[in-house]
Amino acid sequence: MSNKVLSEKFYAAMKRLEPRYPTKLALLLPSLHAAQDEIGWLPPEALNEIGEYIGIHPAQVREVASFYTMYNLKPVGKYHLKICTNASCTLRGAEELVHHCENKFGIKVGETTADKRFTLYEEECLGACGTAPAMMLNNDYHENLDIQKLDKLLDGLE
Amino acid sequence: MSDTETLFIQHFNEEARPLSYYLKNMAGYTGLKKALGMSQEDIINEVKKANVRGRGGAGFPAGVKWGFIPKQSAKPKYMVCNADESEPGTFKDRDLMRYTPHLLLEGIAIGSYAIGANAAYIYIRGEYVREAKLLEAAINEAYQAGYLGKNILGSGFSLDITVHRGAGAYICGEETALLNSLEGKRGEPRVKPPFPAIAGAFGGPTIVNNVETLAGVPFIINNGGDWYAKLGKLEKSGGTRLFGISGHVKRPGIYELPSGSITIRELIYDYGHGILGDKKLKAVIPGGSSAPVLTADEIDVIADVDPIMKIGSMFGSAGMIVVSEDYCVVKLLARISKFYAHESCGQCTPCREGCRWMEEVIERIEHGHGHEQDLNLLLSIADNINAKTLCALGDAAAGPVMSFVKKFRADFEAHIRSGKCPNA
Repeated sequence: MSNKVLSEKFYAAMKRLEPRYPTKLALLLPSLHAAQDEIGWLPPEALNEIGEYIGIHPAQVREVASFYTMYNLKPVGKYHLKICTNASCTLRGAEELVHHCENKFGIKVGETTADKRFTLYEEECLGACGTAPAMMLNNDYHENLDIQKLDKLLDGLE
Repeated sequence: MSDTETLFIQHFNEEARPLSYYLKNMAGYTGLKKALGMSQEDIINEVKKANVRGRGGAGFPAGVKWGFIPKQSAKPKYMVCNADESEPGTFKDRDLMRYTPHLLLEGIAIGSYAIGANAAYIYIRGEYVREAKLLEAAINEAYQAGYLGKNILGSGFSLDITVHRGAGAYICGEETALLNSLEGKRGEPRVKPPFPAIAGAFGGPTIVNNVETLAGVPFIINNGGDWYAKLGKLEKSGGTRLFGISGHVKRPGIYELPSGSITIRELIYDYGHGILGDKKLKAVIPGGSSAPVLTADEIDVIADVDPIMKIGSMFGSAGMIVVSEDYCVVKLLARISKFYAHESCGQCTPCREGCRWMEEVIERIEHGHGHEQDLNLLLSIADNINAKTLCALGDAAAGPVMSFVKKFRADFEAHIRSGKCPNA
């Protein structure tokens, strides 16, 4: 493959991890995470390149990547909102937060705004039930949310 | 409660995180130092004496599990910490990892030495990005101070601990699914036997323990298994417990108390400060969303593994979800069933098909389109999933359905009769 999409930094990080595992296949999840951190999602070229690096067929990479919800197999917006709507969060008003975002952005759950700024997901339990409702904005947790706090957070984004 | 001794919760703040704090105010790797001077057998015996019921959900005695590891093995052995914490209602391990990471690392190191593993992995749920970074920082500190790496404290014992992030799959909390995921595969549970202690990670003998279970180990080694066992108020359940209370209580959060010392009622009213708006209690899910639901008159039960099993539910991960009288239990069950349908890995037909079907039936009841025969249909589907799948996800999906329908049948019938949700 001539045009690599993954950076030197990616390969250096993987090189450091290699001695930690007895098989190269064990680097598949870490490499998918690292690739997504770089690109924002996992385009087919990245999956192919990861397959080449690990030494497995690209179909095997897709088989694994598609099993896990955190790997974005299609592009997401600059700000990726994942609102937990599992039991404890729903008991504390998570559905209102979801509806509020749908109205605010004019999109449904699973969609991205036309300007590619916001993607809205409903998420299964985030493990923050004691501070429900909770959501992730990209890699960060935001907890004890209500509509005012959510608006303040979203309106303050660049 | 003045004689209550807590192990963890007094350290749940940002100041507790660095190694310097850990050395000054907590075990400070003295347990590891002591363990490295003990025989592997003696360590396992102390953990057996401690009566640690696994804190991940199954409640299996940790010492007994460690004892399953064969002495001789052609393949390397592994210690794996299950930090997937994905059972809805559970949020205790996150605090242990972000506030007391060294306690966990010391527990992992002692466990690794006891079973003869030179490599350990912390499989942490992918969403805990921050906690994974905090753990990595703590691991670096421990390497630099000589508590990890080669020839630890001059003992000849070497250990590498690696943080391995999951990527969003509830099923990876199941230990064999976790191992497949660690190996770079889809997180599908394996056929047991062989159990992980015989053939686990990369085919080698492997112990998988929950975060809280391992975080208790330094205390066991420093103070003895008997001391730890006596912290608990039940014969077969030692130590303290991190209880999680969420949902409709005034003060949700984590509370630590001696195992077996408290009832669910006391947890809700004395620690959770009662129901929001001083309303009445409708239901409690006692141990994560998989646990069969309890009604308001079933809460005078001791919150621990055996007492809750005795009344037909399970204590699981000690994460309690509390529901107020004005919330629709059909709606709640619909949400829980949606979760299991979403998370079924798809390997076993009863779970893959049954979970989706149950979700549809409960949805239509909640929206007022249910039929008279739907309740028996639900019980029949649940019965065809329960105990008929490779892993416990099938049971976890069936248990809530069976218990909600049985205990709140009138609420379901009201939806069907009136053609709408009475609470809507």
